[in-house]
Amino acid sequence: MIVTRQKSFEDILKQVDKGPAFLIGCSECATLCHTGGEEEIIQMKMNLEQKKIIVTGWIVLDPACHLQNNKRLLKTHHDELLQAKKIIVFACGNGIQTVRELAQDADVITGTETLFLGEIKHTNEFEKRCIQCGECVVDNYSGLCPVSRCPKSMLNGPCGGAKNGCCEVDEELECIWDLVYKQLKSKGRLAQLKTIQKPKDWQKATQTRRIVNHDRSQQP
Amino acid sequence: MTARSNLEQILNDGRFAVTAEIGPPKGADPQKIQNKAILLRGYADAFNVTDNQTAVVRMSSFAGCCLLHQMNMEPILQMTCRDKNRIALQSEILGASALDIRNVLCLTGDHQSFGNHPCAKGVYDIDSIQLIQIIKQMRDDGLFQNGEVIPAGKPIMFIGAAANPYSEPYELTIDRLEKKILAGADFIQTQSVFNVDHFLGWMDDVRSRGLDKKTHILAGVTPLKSKKMTERMKYHVPGVDVPDEIEQRMNNASDEKKEGYDIALDTMKQLKVVKGVHGVHITALFWEEITPVLVKESGLHPR
Repeated sequence: MIVTRQKSFEDILKQVDKGPAFLIGCSECATLCHTGGEEEIIQMKMNLEQKKIIVTGWIVLDPACHLQNNKRLLKTHHDELLQAKKIIVFACGNGIQTVRELAQDADVITGTETLFLGEIKHTNEFEKRCIQCGECVVDNYSGLCPVSRCPKSMLNGPCGGAKNGCCEVDEELECIWDLVYKQLKSKGRLAQLKTIQKPKDWQKATQTRRIVNHDRSQQP
Repeated sequence: MTARSNLEQILNDGRFAVTAEIGPPKGADPQKIQNKAILLRGYADAFNVTDNQTAVVRMSSFAGCCLLHQMNMEPILQMTCRDKNRIALQSEILGASALDIRNVLCLTGDHQSFGNHPCAKGVYDIDSIQLIQIIKQMRDDGLFQNGEVIPAGKPIMFIGAAANPYSEPYELTIDRLEKKILAGADFIQTQSVFNVDHFLGWMDDVRSRGLDKKTHILAGVTPLKSKKMTERMKYHVPGVDVPDEIEQRMNNASDEKKEGYDIALDTMKQLKVVKGVHGVHITALFWEEITPVLVKESGLHPR
């Protein structure tokens, strides 16, 4: 899931200026993060209205990153969108830009910070699990990812700074290498860590900016 | 084979080596590092110049090494993977070799969040083991990391790495040392030893795997300057093991500096006779002037 955090209301207000505003949420990640679900959008509407800002309407897109779907869903809000000078999007950085493609005169502004791709550990607790490197290495580490979960992305063993199994950079988090070690040790496969892992091909992450799945797009 | 550096020559001859750390200044004044160098000249075989240690901006290790070299002192270039990608790191190796800097210590680097620019983006394109392997491949095979031939002169380099006997999980400390040796580490400088007993046990494990025969291990020594420094090393520096006993000795001492010095001298004397230890690496943090005394009194002078 793409984990987001809502910007402070003061920051949002600054961008909204005098309004009027139209609010957009997302039914997927932002709903699960409680940053852009229906509940948060309605709360935001009330907060803005208390500050005398007109809210022309709102919608929770399903999801905000789906361009063609957005076109269809936003049609029914055509007039409300036209009246708005600011469209505030409570979705991930992707969702915001997908909405931006469909906006006309209004400014599209973001109501969230996009943080990471992570898991819902408990309600309202999220942890980073992936940095989309394009070259998944978890099979080498018992299904765990040091690329995203080690602050130094170390592929050949721990840095040596962990204490009591906790990361030296953030003591609230487990050292991923400690977890890898325990997992492989319990399976009797510690020897697999002795292989020297070669440098990663980072272009898979940084230069893969578009994919077209020809096989599937040609299906009826 | 002829040695690539004075340090390599000493280690190849089976002589006990001494290296010492010189921290570059937080500024552009060359005098600062030259003064430290004058103080330490003749008291070590080679001098590590740190690379923005603890992620605090200082004069570069490369520049510091050049300044030492101008004074006919042998530098050890420290390189971290925190601030440079594989392009910059390989380029620096070529440059260092061209300027007769012939020792390198490969480190992943302290995380930027501990330093004075915590908002900086860490690079970590590669890790220390990959860096060792890359430099070895450049030196021995004349190939860049991408497999291309180096057309205009292979670098000459004596390759070093760090090892921390005190890190967790313990079992991996030996595995990681072995990986560094396999990658191409000719010498190893260890984390500073305060807990001698633990270090002796670690060396037993190192010897049982025959690793002391495949590389040269230099044991780290750091004289404690004060109670405050002891506390910082014990509780705030990741990966350091200061036993309670040493903390108590420092706390009860009437002369903190003398006590810290005595502990370091005692540690050096113990490390000198450990089988498989081929030298000591002295890191006298903000206390460089103590290094010559330590070297002299532990019977390692003249160099």
